[in-house]
Amino acid sequence: MEVGTLDVRRYLRREMMPHLLCPGCGHGIVLQALLRAVASLELDPDRVAVVAGIGCSSRLAGYVDFCTLHATHGRAPAFATGLKLARPELTVIVITGDGDGLAIGGNHLIHAARRNIDLLCLLFNNAVYGMTGGQVAPTTPQGSRATTAPLGNPEPPFDACRLMIAAGATFVARGLAYEPLTLQHLCMEGLRHPGFAFIDVLTDCPEFFGRYNRLGRGPEMLLSQKRRTTAVGPLLAQKAALDGAEVATTPALPTGVLHRETRPEFARVLLAQQREGFP
Amino acid sequence: MSEPRLLPGNEACALGALAAGCRFYAGYPITPSSEIAETMAELLPALGGVFVQMEDEIASLAACLGAALGGMKAMTATSGPGFSLMQEHIGFAAMAELPCVIVDVMRGGPSTGLPTLPSQADMQQARWGTHGDHSIIVLAPASVREVYDLTVRAFAYAERFRAPVIVLYDAVVGHLRERVELPEQAEVVPRPRPGGPSYRPYAAADGQVAPLAAFGDGYRFHVTGLAHDERGFPTQDPAAVAALQRRLQRKIEDHRGEIVRCEQVFMEDAEVAVVAFGIAARAAREAIRQARQQGVRVGLLRPLTLWPFPDEVLWATAARVRALVVAEMNLGQMLREVERAVRGRTEVVACLKADGEPLQPEEILQALEAEVPAWR
Repeated sequence: MEVGTLDVRRYLRREMMPHLLCPGCGHGIVLQALLRAVASLELDPDRVAVVAGIGCSSRLAGYVDFCTLHATHGRAPAFATGLKLARPELTVIVITGDGDGLAIGGNHLIHAARRNIDLLCLLFNNAVYGMTGGQVAPTTPQGSRATTAPLGNPEPPFDACRLMIAAGATFVARGLAYEPLTLQHLCMEGLRHPGFAFIDVLTDCPEFFGRYNRLGRGPEMLLSQKRRTTAVGPLLAQKAALDGAEVATTPALPTGVLHRETRPEFARVLLAQQREGFP
Repeated sequence: MSEPRLLPGNEACALGALAAGCRFYAGYPITPSSEIAETMAELLPALGGVFVQMEDEIASLAACLGAALGGMKAMTATSGPGFSLMQEHIGFAAMAELPCVIVDVMRGGPSTGLPTLPSQADMQQARWGTHGDHSIIVLAPASVREVYDLTVRAFAYAERFRAPVIVLYDAVVGHLRERVELPEQAEVVPRPRPGGPSYRPYAAADGQVAPLAAFGDGYRFHVTGLAHDERGFPTQDPAAVAALQRRLQRKIEDHRGEIVRCEQVFMEDAEVAVVAFGIAARAAREAIRQARQQGVRVGLLRPLTLWPFPDEVLWATAARVRALVVAEMNLGQMLREVERAVRGRTEVVACLKADGEPLQPEEILQALEAEVPAWR
């Protein structure tokens, strides 16, 4: 089957349309890449659960015809952990945003990564709080403007991938809304990975982040992703991170699979303990 | 009945949960509740259950709710500071109607307070701690055996009403060791499952609940903390929101008769009644015994259900006693409920203590002597 022509409309809850995303928002592209990955892997929709937090990206859970849990702000990894341990046979996908996953939910995210529980976590990273109207996020570049950083963001941002690698995630990648087919393949790899898989997806918010920082509309913002990133293999990415290479002020972000390792998966460890009991 | 054995309250809580069919526990260590987690960690794996220690109490209840959606009976336990953190997801459980049991072993507060010492100061938090209107069931055991029984019942209510249920007792009851015999079998209430091809997870008549399907059972549905329609999808339609709010309230309030329990001791001829729950009620029993030895007819009203509060019993009792003495280990949390319930029908006297020590029978006796006209 040609993956580029997969029709993913069967996975959408059409009665929920129209959706609430703004014109030019990249979230729809990211969602389509995820759905194409689900289609390509021929996953049974009855056995797919999407657990989301709060924010624009998390609202996507309501639009997809799977088992969907729109949880509380930042807590999706904790809900997903309970669900996955109760039903290890389900494919559990966490949808979160940069504010949801890295600010209020940072603790849950790093502990899910540390446990290496078998989830795919997609972090829709648009560098801003979109749903609440454009406040500064832990991913907003230093100096960029937001409604709560009118003089420019005084804080440095997180690099979500480096954070996840340090926390113990066994599959870490960065993808772009600008490159939906590559993103689809990253999602497929993440879904197949038997452990905690994390993808930092750069998407765009023209309505707030773009407007406040005069970055243009959707197309211009997507094009800029290409300028700000370099596709690299894991070894090169590691090197770039170590060197702090490229242009010192705005280092190009590496994209692609940045880290992969094999460690025992948490739900399986618990199952083995159930069988073997106490020594 | 099993062989009698010496058991602490917290262990009885864990055993009650397991007997009721709980196979998922997520928690975070906190005094004076940690023995519940430790017992579950020891016993769950052999039963095919899951124990997980989460990163905090917010995540603990979140994991329980995720497991509940996976079809499991789930429990978490904590104390004051952790109970504060859990309020977010008590609200989510109430809104999304996910069954679970939350145990709060009360210690002195506010804040870190008195980690190892008892209090009864979470009574109102258990009712109103999370934002927004909702109704909730809170059970208050006073002995080790009753901790077991009410934990079992908490699971029955959680399934019956598709709601979070709170078991509330203090550090003394949690750590108290008593000789108990446990029943061979506990009441296990299976989760009602939907039938038929179509499923609307929130379609129920007013005051009722819909069955809850598990994720993975073939029904694809949406669960959200947003106000939602009968399908579970977000809505701001005033009529749909009003219906949801009313149903979340009435599904519990309409069944007060089924839920509310209040023990009455020596109430047949009582001129005065002490109102007390949990450990304070045990001190009250002794105070009443001593009062009766002195010829004063005192009785005891002991709510086993703190929420819904036994308004009906209080109102009826108020018509025939000269005074109600509310004895509790806080600064008047049940007092206001008693005053609300009796609406001035009789005198309401307070016997309050909030110093980290359990109420003593002498203190209740003194309150009776000093305050109650019937005594003089």
